Amino acid sequence: MNANAGRPLAHESGVRHVSGEAQYVDDIAEPAGCLHAFILLSPHAHARVLRVDAGAARAMPGVAAVLLAADVPGVNDVGPAFPGDPIFADGLVEYAGQSVLAVAAETLAQARAAAKAVVVAYEPLPAVMDIDTALAAESFVLPTQRMRRGEPEAALAQAKHRLNGRHEVGGQDHFYLEGQVALAIPGEDDELRVISSTQHPTEVQHLVARALKVPDHAVACETRRLGGAFGGKESQASLIAVVAALVAAKTGRACKLRLDRDDDMLLTGKRHDFRIDWDVGFDDAGMIEGLDLVLASRCGMSPDLSAAINDRAMFHSDNAYFLPNVSITSYRCKTNMVSATAFRGFGGPQGMMGIEAVVDAIARHLKLDPLVVRQRNFYRAGRDTTHYGMVVEDNPIEPLVAQLAESSAYQARRAAVAAFNATHSWRKRGLALTPVKFGISFTLLAMNQAGALVHVYTDGSVQANHGGVEMGQGLHTKIAQLVADEFGLDISRVRITATATDKVPNTSPTAASSGTDLNGQAAQRAARTIRERMAAVVAEGSGVSADAVLFQGGEVVAGARRMSFAEAAKLAHRNRVSLSSTGYYRTPKIHYDYATQQGRPFFYFAWGACCAEVEVDTLTGEYRLLRVDILHDVGRSLNPALDRGQVEGGFVQGMGWLTMEELVWDGEGRLRTHAPSTYKIPATGDVPADLRVEFFDRPNAEATVHRAKAVGEPPLMLGIAVFHALRDAVAACGEGRAAPLDAPATPERVLFAIEALRA
Amino acid sequence: MRPEIRFLLGDRPVRLAGLSPTLTVLAWLREQARLAGTKEGCAEGDCGACTVVLGEPQGGPGSGGMRYRAVNACLLFMPALDGRQLLTVEHLRGADGALHPVQQAMVEHHGSQCGFCTPGFVMALFALYQGGGGVTRAAAAEALAGNLCRCTGYRPILDAAVASCAAPAEDRFTAAAGDTAAALRALDDGASLVLDAPGQRCFVPASLDELAALRLEHPGAVLLAGGTDLGLRVTKRHEVLETVISLEKVAALREVVWQGDTVRLGAGLTYAEALPTLAGLHPEFAALVRRIGAGQVRERGTLGGNLGNASPIGDTPPALLALGARLVLRRGGEQRELPLEQFFLGYRQTALAPGEFIEAILVPRPAPDAVVRIFKVAKRFDQDISTCCGAFQLRIVDGVVRQARLAWGGMAAVPCRSPNAEAALLGQPWGEAAVRAAMAALVDDLRPLSDFRGSAAYRLKLAQNLLLKLWLGEAA
Repeated sequence: MNANAGRPLAHESGVRHVSGEAQYVDDIAEPAGCLHAFILLSPHAHARVLRVDAGAARAMPGVAAVLLAADVPGVNDVGPAFPGDPIFADGLVEYAGQSVLAVAAETLAQARAAAKAVVVAYEPLPAVMDIDTALAAESFVLPTQRMRRGEPEAALAQAKHRLNGRHEVGGQDHFYLEGQVALAIPGEDDELRVISSTQHPTEVQHLVARALKVPDHAVACETRRLGGAFGGKESQASLIAVVAALVAAKTGRACKLRLDRDDDMLLTGKRHDFRIDWDVGFDDAGMIEGLDLVLASRCGMSPDLSAAINDRAMFHSDNAYFLPNVSITSYRCKTNMVSATAFRGFGGPQGMMGIEAVVDAIARHLKLDPLVVRQRNFYRAGRDTTHYGMVVEDNPIEPLVAQLAESSAYQARRAAVAAFNATHSWRKRGLALTPVKFGISFTLLAMNQAGALVHVYTDGSVQANHGGVEMGQGLHTKIAQLVADEFGLDISRVRITATATDKVPNTSPTAASSGTDLNGQAAQRAARTIRERMAAVVAEGSGVSADAVLFQGGEVVAGARRMSFAEAAKLAHRNRVSLSSTGYYRTPKIHYDYATQQGRPFFYFAWGACCAEVEVDTLTGEYRLLRVDILHDVGRSLNPALDRGQVEGGFVQGMGWLTMEELVWDGEGRLRTHAPSTYKIPATGDVPADLRVEFFDRPNAEATVHRAKAVGEPPLMLGIAVFHALRDAVAACGEGRAAPLDAPATPERVLFAIEALRA
Repeated sequence: MRPEIRFLLGDRPVRLAGLSPTLTVLAWLREQARLAGTKEGCAEGDCGACTVVLGEPQGGPGSGGMRYRAVNACLLFMPALDGRQLLTVEHLRGADGALHPVQQAMVEHHGSQCGFCTPGFVMALFALYQGGGGVTRAAAAEALAGNLCRCTGYRPILDAAVASCAAPAEDRFTAAAGDTAAALRALDDGASLVLDAPGQRCFVPASLDELAALRLEHPGAVLLAGGTDLGLRVTKRHEVLETVISLEKVAALREVVWQGDTVRLGAGLTYAEALPTLAGLHPEFAALVRRIGAGQVRERGTLGGNLGNASPIGDTPPALLALGARLVLRRGGEQRELPLEQFFLGYRQTALAPGEFIEAILVPRPAPDAVVRIFKVAKRFDQDISTCCGAFQLRIVDGVVRQARLAWGGMAAVPCRSPNAEAALLGQPWGEAAVRAAMAALVDDLRPLSDFRGSAAYRLKLAQNLLLKLWLGEAA
């Protein structure tokens, strides 16, 4: 039955990608009379808006509309979970880059020129930029959260060894290659079609309707593909779509809004940066006995998705380690910066960076190999319940790490690194092997559901639609594989159509690595419903029961009766049997009580590990990544080519986050790195030629599609190995003392960490 | 004076007049030619999503060859197309719809995920494919260093590059190269251009004398060479450049002439064109230039532009300062020579008089026994601006430093030398003591800024340590 699932099939849009024929929102031919909108950004991090004079702008050539807060008919807010994200500033700006107003004109140049001609009078206010100021002022976007198990204070007091430290972990810009864009096309009456580059069409639909004060059924949002997203188009796409929709509704003309790269990076949210203060007690073997963690993140000016992101950081503060006595405090700091948002890993990576720094410090203190301390603290039988009460049921971390240590020749290379470092004064090498355990499910229960709609046409071709968004991850390919297998068809007979809120409603965002798990099940169920109906028709009079009818090789076989799939479809149609069905899925087993911070928030965990080796120039702080070995758990892979793409791409993105990608704000709260000339993501030369990727081949214990595992986010955290390899190399400059190295480990931070050790 | 530009779009001749001379090829393709395959990722030449290929005849008439170069359409103004063939991702499929070998390899190696950067990669690969084969992973990584992908992590793209660019090119473009070259030669009337658009005028002189006259006549005009820096004024700052003089057609600015041990480099030479000569001057210089921008930038950016924009973070100025370069400046019919040290007056200010321009750069070949080292430190190895660039030339005679030229980029408002550090070395035995003294003296020479590329403290430390690396490298 699985002629497609499990095979390394090419991306369904591969040919369209390489030929330039794949259409993105900005490539769609604009409707006649289409206007172009431009958003004017606040130059101040915090200021009262005293006066806006748009008189001159309105009279400028080509200008069709100037929109301010007062021009929003409905709710002037696009906050996804909590209010706080105004469409247009209403008397107050809270970050440099915030949307103040929009101008729509015949051309983008006209709109931009007019927007710059609007006179806005500001009264600057004191801005909160850093965590210390925010904590002192109790400036929070959300209440402080705590998790606790055992008696951490007593365990810390009684432990033989006790260390504490602070670890800072920087943010990250998504740098999707396709910037934020939307095209709004007015229809009859109050109807509006919005084509948006969004991970969450349903939310765009709802927020457009709410801003326009029209019912949800008046608005349809459509998304064929995104030119990358990584979390940056989960909540952040809404503002763009809403502004285009406001113009369309006001003028009755289509409107496109596409941010250029600089405005995109200034206006839209990024990964949260974190400051992690830790206090750990441990024994001679390096076993953690007590741990106190204080996580403080800069959430920016609004809550956005910060609740769930910081929750996930808390859920992942253990990574793969059993913490018998632990206290975790999470401060969600309000700062006058762009609101931090979803980014691949969604807080999990930051939580894991904290515990990995703790484990590294323990190992340095005891003069043990960090890998040994990591392995000793792994979850295992009898030590298998997380600090939030979830039993780690299906735990492969020990064999997985052992297999990687073996295949990467960790021990031999550890000795080789030591020998190299003993004979080189100005160049030092470092090696690290770090694990990944990542919880799969949205921590907001209601999001763990999905719908799909499948049509079989009488020529035997199949159209499938589902709530997930194709952003490069190959979701549509995987769904097509699953649907094709239900019908025993070649994948070319299945076409996945643009995600649309008028086909499958009330969808969840394509996020949390959930796209295939949720939508795959829904699509499979929809296809199965049709298949069962077709089987009943074909079985009739064949002498075999419907459940014995086979769908394979493009044919439907009922005992001796055999016909093509198209003939079976025609037969069903002639017998007045529906060839269309919806499918619906909700994740089983999950529950969580936020009052007690106990439950099973995750359906299962995805696991992996990475071994990285680096060489550092200790005079400049520059470094090269010499070799990377990855062993990653994708369950039983639904498509090994696509999964490998996720693993490698995620790893490189994680490596970029922790090495060269640096967001720099100046003293006035303005982001200075807002384009690729100043914000550096990994390029071809940063990926080692020696990159060895293997899957830990083992079916998911839970009943996911094909027994595969989610693969979108977990591999990002494989990049932590590169950061710890750098720490290892830096530590080699100080007789093995722990390296005072924060992330991102730019050459500057590496050099100053070395200088600090040498001082 | 021709009032229109003529070029081939694929194999179709196009004639255009009345366009803004600072309209980018990217904007024209997407908004006017309705060819939306070419994408905008950054509009500043740093992501490669807009990569297109320019073709021009190679060799003389009858040689039948074409040379293809990958360039960034976002920084390319329309007049640069004159006399050339423009190829975009839409042109690569065969008449029967078959994918080009580089496209096919990208599909087979799973080289696309979201697909947005893919057309740019495909075009960079196409230029690489046309380059003659034998492409290794390292060569592919260098050729694609100007194309950013946020999805794949590059491994499958590099695999596709090696697989498709191993053998010499043989496709319908090589088959048609003779016809294409002939068609381009037929377009080439050797004429100068004057391109008028509302509020804008662009001169494209065809000779040096014509350029000199225009420069005198329009001293306020913007001199446009490759546009890799100047283009940002249009794409980022949205300025309207009213009068532009393009150097695109002044062949004399692209000449290389050896005069004894000194090479005279035309100011209009692109980095790519100058690279073999620079490698001959010193391999360290070539290694540095290979890290300026990426392939697409080096195919357009010029040596003269890197000096004329007087940026404190250009990479060739410190190297040229270390090598003792002099500039040939021209104003009308007059020429003068100026040591490079005297050219940079302040932040983005030069010694160019009104109506004057850089005609050539004179670079003496380092003596065989000279010590030449050039270091570039940046956050990212490829396609990044220097946090600190140090270029050094020493003459050591009988163990004593007799000449020292220590030049720096990114360390002050202008590219500069460090007289105190040089003095600390001169006349001293070449050894760690002298180097340590020079490192200490740098504090008085350099006043770096703190910015998003690095703190002042880091920059100063780097500069000092680069001197130490110079010493350690020589001591090793």
